[in-house]
Amino acid sequence: MSSTVEFRAASYRIGTREILRPLTLTVEAGETLVLLGHSGSGKTTALKMVNGLLSPASGEVLVDGRATTAWDPVRLKRRIGYVIQDIGLFPHYTVAENVGLVPRLEGWDAPRVRARVDGLLRQVGLAPDQFGGRYPRELSGGQRQRVGVARALAADPSVLLFDEPFAAVDPVTRLELQKQFLALRQELGRTSIFVTHDVREALMLATRVALLKNGALELLSTPREFLESRNPEALAFLECLDWEAPQS
Amino acid sequence: MNSSLVSEIGSLTVEHLTLVLVSMAIAIALAVPAGILITRRAGWRPWVLGFANVMQTIPSLALFGFLIPVPLIGGIGKRTAIVALVLYALLPILRNTLAGILGVDAAVRESAVAMGMTGWQTLWRVEMPLAARTILAGIRVATVTTIGTATIAAAIGGGGLGVFIFRGIASVDTVQILAGAVPAACMALAADGALGLLERRWSV
Repeated sequence: MSSTVEFRAASYRIGTREILRPLTLTVEAGETLVLLGHSGSGKTTALKMVNGLLSPASGEVLVDGRATTAWDPVRLKRRIGYVIQDIGLFPHYTVAENVGLVPRLEGWDAPRVRARVDGLLRQVGLAPDQFGGRYPRELSGGQRQRVGVARALAADPSVLLFDEPFAAVDPVTRLELQKQFLALRQELGRTSIFVTHDVREALMLATRVALLKNGALELLSTPREFLESRNPEALAFLECLDWEAPQS
Repeated sequence: MNSSLVSEIGSLTVEHLTLVLVSMAIAIALAVPAGILITRRAGWRPWVLGFANVMQTIPSLALFGFLIPVPLIGGIGKRTAIVALVLYALLPILRNTLAGILGVDAAVRESAVAMGMTGWQTLWRVEMPLAARTILAGIRVATVTTIGTATIAAAIGGGGLGVFIFRGIASVDTVQILAGAVPAACMALAADGALGLLERRWSV
């Protein structure tokens, strides 16, 4: 169960300031499109237009062929999983309650919710017996992020949105989470849109990279093509890779 | 202390407590929904808060006096006293409801919306539980203030422990003043302690 997402000349502005210039782009079912760019490049804006947190100022965004503005807002959001950097776990709910929330809202009965929660926690590498009853404040940053991913997967969404989900964790944990993301993708094959400013992460996770600059699409390519691109913005990002190894 | 004074302390304490409880129930029923409403309608905020603010700046004795000639809600007696006490109690509850809900972490709120929670679900399952402690703190302040202010209700025939105090002032009788002031102070301390305990229990 995977969806396509299509931007058709979708733009966004605040007042007269254009945050995202008309963007046309199709995300194929099952692919992982990474939106790469500096802060202020419009990548998060583009992401939030997919689940209707923002509505395009002009043009449209289609999920499974239907404009986001034509969807019932609640239905649209429930079929799209959303993971953000600050995670936004509900502090007054336990891990199990956080993960099981959308299934409960969807009216699943208790045994089915419990089975789903246990399965998801195992899938993201957290033992249900050990972690299900804990509160978010009792978890490490990496564990919280795993719970965030499990929560996003809970109601079996057909699209997953990630907004710099691993930016705030330490590098070792980040690599673990990235590897797990790849494994989950293999397993689930869900359409994913992933926002990051980290070129290494983009190349590692993407099936295609969309490079944004000042609200406009600079380059759309596979990771391999990206490495060979002569686009100045792409080169600027690639330079970050070179500087990570010690220069001797 | 003779037995008739003791029994009068008892009955006036009950009357005082009734005034406070009724006023607080009405104030909470008005101020919490109004506070929630102005988290959604930022444009109404200055008007609603402004009204509650002005009510609180009017000296309490004057507010009771002002209400006497007002038709329907005014006159001499308990009803007028309750109206005045409610007007006094609005501000802290209103302000804390607003602050409590606006204080909910933006990422938590965004998650709730992005997970497809409706406005009501976000309010009842996320915002209210997380704001409960702050709202309760506002109710606590309002309750303690109301217990004190309710002593002035006696000036317009509202009854309560203020009856002793006004009588004591009129007859320069310290015992009478203390008979009103001491139970009122004890009631305020008890309310403060009990609501404080509840507030700590409610920590998330």
